Amino acid sequence: MKILVPIKRVVDYNVRVRVKSDGSGVETEGVKMSINPFDEIALEEALRIRERGEAEEVIVASIGGTDVQQQLRTGLAMGADRAIHVETETAPQPLTVARILLKLIERESPGIVFLGKQAIDDDCNQTAQMLAALWDRPQATFASRVELADGKATVAREVDAGLETIEIELPAVMSSDLRLNEPRFVKLPDIMKAKRKPLDVIAIADLGVEQGAGFEMLAFEPPPKRGGGKVVGSVAELVDELKNRGLL
Amino acid sequence: MPVYRAPLDDFRFLVEEFLDLDQAADLPSLTDCSADDIRAILREGARLAETVLQPLNAVGDEQGVRLDDDGRATLPEGFAEAYQTYCEAGWNGLTADVDYGGQGLPVFLGLCLSEMLNAANASFAAYPGLTHGAVEVIERHGSDEQKQRYLPPMIAGRWTGTMNLTEPQCGTDLGLIRTRAEPATDGSYRISGTKIWISAGEHDLADNIVHLVLARTPDAPAGTRGISLFIVPKFLPKDDGNAGERNRVRCAGVDRKMGMKASATCEMQYDNAVGFLVGEENRGLAQMFTMMNAARLVTGIQGLGLASVAAQNAASFARERLQGRSLAGPKYPDRPADPIIVHPDVRYMLLKSRALVEGARALGLYTGLQLEIEHRHPDPERRRQAGHFVALMTPIIKAFFTDMGSEVANLGLQVHGGAGYIHDTGVEQFVRDVRITQIYEGTNGVQALDLVGRKLVADNGDLLKSFFSAVQSFIDSVRGEEGMAEFVDPLEQSVKRLASTSALVYQQMSRDPLEAGAASSDFLRLFALTALAWMWARMAAISQRALDAGSDHQTLHQDKLAVARFYFARMLPETLGLEAKVAAGAQTLMALEDDRV
Repeated sequence: MKILVPIKRVVDYNVRVRVKSDGSGVETEGVKMSINPFDEIALEEALRIRERGEAEEVIVASIGGTDVQQQLRTGLAMGADRAIHVETETAPQPLTVARILLKLIERESPGIVFLGKQAIDDDCNQTAQMLAALWDRPQATFASRVELADGKATVAREVDAGLETIEIELPAVMSSDLRLNEPRFVKLPDIMKAKRKPLDVIAIADLGVEQGAGFEMLAFEPPPKRGGGKVVGSVAELVDELKNRGLL
Repeated sequence: MPVYRAPLDDFRFLVEEFLDLDQAADLPSLTDCSADDIRAILREGARLAETVLQPLNAVGDEQGVRLDDDGRATLPEGFAEAYQTYCEAGWNGLTADVDYGGQGLPVFLGLCLSEMLNAANASFAAYPGLTHGAVEVIERHGSDEQKQRYLPPMIAGRWTGTMNLTEPQCGTDLGLIRTRAEPATDGSYRISGTKIWISAGEHDLADNIVHLVLARTPDAPAGTRGISLFIVPKFLPKDDGNAGERNRVRCAGVDRKMGMKASATCEMQYDNAVGFLVGEENRGLAQMFTMMNAARLVTGIQGLGLASVAAQNAASFARERLQGRSLAGPKYPDRPADPIIVHPDVRYMLLKSRALVEGARALGLYTGLQLEIEHRHPDPERRRQAGHFVALMTPIIKAFFTDMGSEVANLGLQVHGGAGYIHDTGVEQFVRDVRITQIYEGTNGVQALDLVGRKLVADNGDLLKSFFSAVQSFIDSVRGEEGMAEFVDPLEQSVKRLASTSALVYQQMSRDPLEAGAASSDFLRLFALTALAWMWARMAAISQRALDAGSDHQTLHQDKLAVARFYFARMLPETLGLEAKVAAGAQTLMALEDDRV
């Protein structure tokens, strides 16, 4: 079985994100970029599944400019077997991503496509769900535990009420939640070895996917500054205050 | 609590734009190591430093090292696991010889890693630091058998190393060493004596500890010519390479110190311990100096690392701390007060820190590249020239970087105001931790004497020429370039000032040796500030060209130019005062009787 792990290059979670002065986006110059942390968790899980002998190959894929190859190399250094770079200069929206991934699925026939539940830059949380629909296969999103047996996966999902355990047939789409695992540290010799692992570059046009613009980014602005707090004297005063503001 | 973010963008700038690796392309360590690889390596090293080591820094300071009655030392919680993570990921062998399991990557990359480790957790970094020094000695002077036996486990980090020089009666003056080495019938020796202040002498990180010990054989000549070097492992290696029988060396005490509390500073007692001679008898001091030179560079990098983390925390604090208003009227009227970063004096402290840290980082990496050329370049002439430069820069980097570390750590504390003095804020730890770096591996006073007494006169002044000719060829290469006069002219003047002061010191000390000591520390600082001016002019030239060419890294290059201007305007002028102080000579220092100074 193959596992396909799509990863996204994002501003590192430790960086304090700043909006560009012209409001056209966020500042990325000189900013540390990383694999989206949820995707990294997905990749770690895929590697563990392979290390348990339940999969043969882990493929990382990313969509974007040449820069994404840095994150693909990191994925290879973590232990993925090969990488696919779908090249495009325009940042694709979730539906386009799902369509691109579907094309990769047609090429690779994976048993699992393991994504992060969302990217920490746009927080869309859509790609896994859309992909499952397009592919017409089951989905297990927000996974916090995954067990495989007999062509099925038992997945504990993090939902609002707690944990929900479901069983799905493979092939399927999964998306990782934060507590699924703790990704490993890359080993130095593996960084050097990763250079010799295959990395295929495919132009987006060659996949026959239209770069559809579902929505248009108009402007970016930083969140408004938080106003000062107020100390209230009693519970009654608090309730009044909330009512006055239309919050209750 | 302080945070640490590794300066990956500055590393990228230095490695990819500043170092000019093309002219070093013949280096074997660079043939299979692209700029992308270096980025990936540093990114992962940063991750280890930021997420594993830095969170343990305050823990280490709080808990320190515990020693039980059997002489076993336990490091603070989390250290052993962190060390294992560090070793398993292969970091310990980054620059080590591939034949013994290392990665064989260039030395300057090791310096970047070392800066990050020290910034994140200086106590932790001491353990691998000592091992690297010991590896270098065995690599250079050990027998083939010793190399086969000790290098692989030390490079993998399963065994660590130490250097045992100091005894209660001898620190700087190693001629006074008393530890004895009696030859045994099997060709080994029996070592007896007490060594003090042995960093990493005992701990629970590794399976074995390989002590490199200076001792005297029975009929050795007196003084430094009668010192030999021995390998004394804590556990004697078995033939299968694993640690075997316990040797007769024990840790008799762990010192309580001002800082670096998680670095075990041990008193080691050798009681007829089995030792193995390295090389020949009575060659110990020269052999140990292999380690001392590398250790001095790394000590400089410790100062740099601690300065770097102190400076970045001070800058974040100054941007957040709201207090008072700008002298020019409110700059952030929507807030109850302006952040203190609006004040010129606060900015002065932060910019001084930044100019020192980034200037030193550039000089450190430049020297690291020369070290790589000295060790691994195929052309003997290139090796020789690079060796001259490294020998000249070693005392400067050791002393100036650690003085600067202390200065910047104190400035960082000052920016924090009262909060900085509170232990739980966490920045006073930098001040305490960095302080030892000015003292150990040869005090900064000894470094200054090394510069004036040895390096200035060595090889008919060839060492000095290696510096002046490198600066001159830079000046020639940018003279007349648009926008460079503001840097090149003052650089040229300060280089002239350094040259004339060097000549003056040389004359004064040929007349009276006390003049060397009187001039030394001011001369070293004058030298260092001039070297940093060269670094800043070079960075400015690169940034100016990059901006003219429409580089993708606008902010970084604009910043470099701005900080370069600050350096030339507000820091380089210090050299005028230093020149005057050096010229004043020894007379006023020696005027008072010893009992009245």
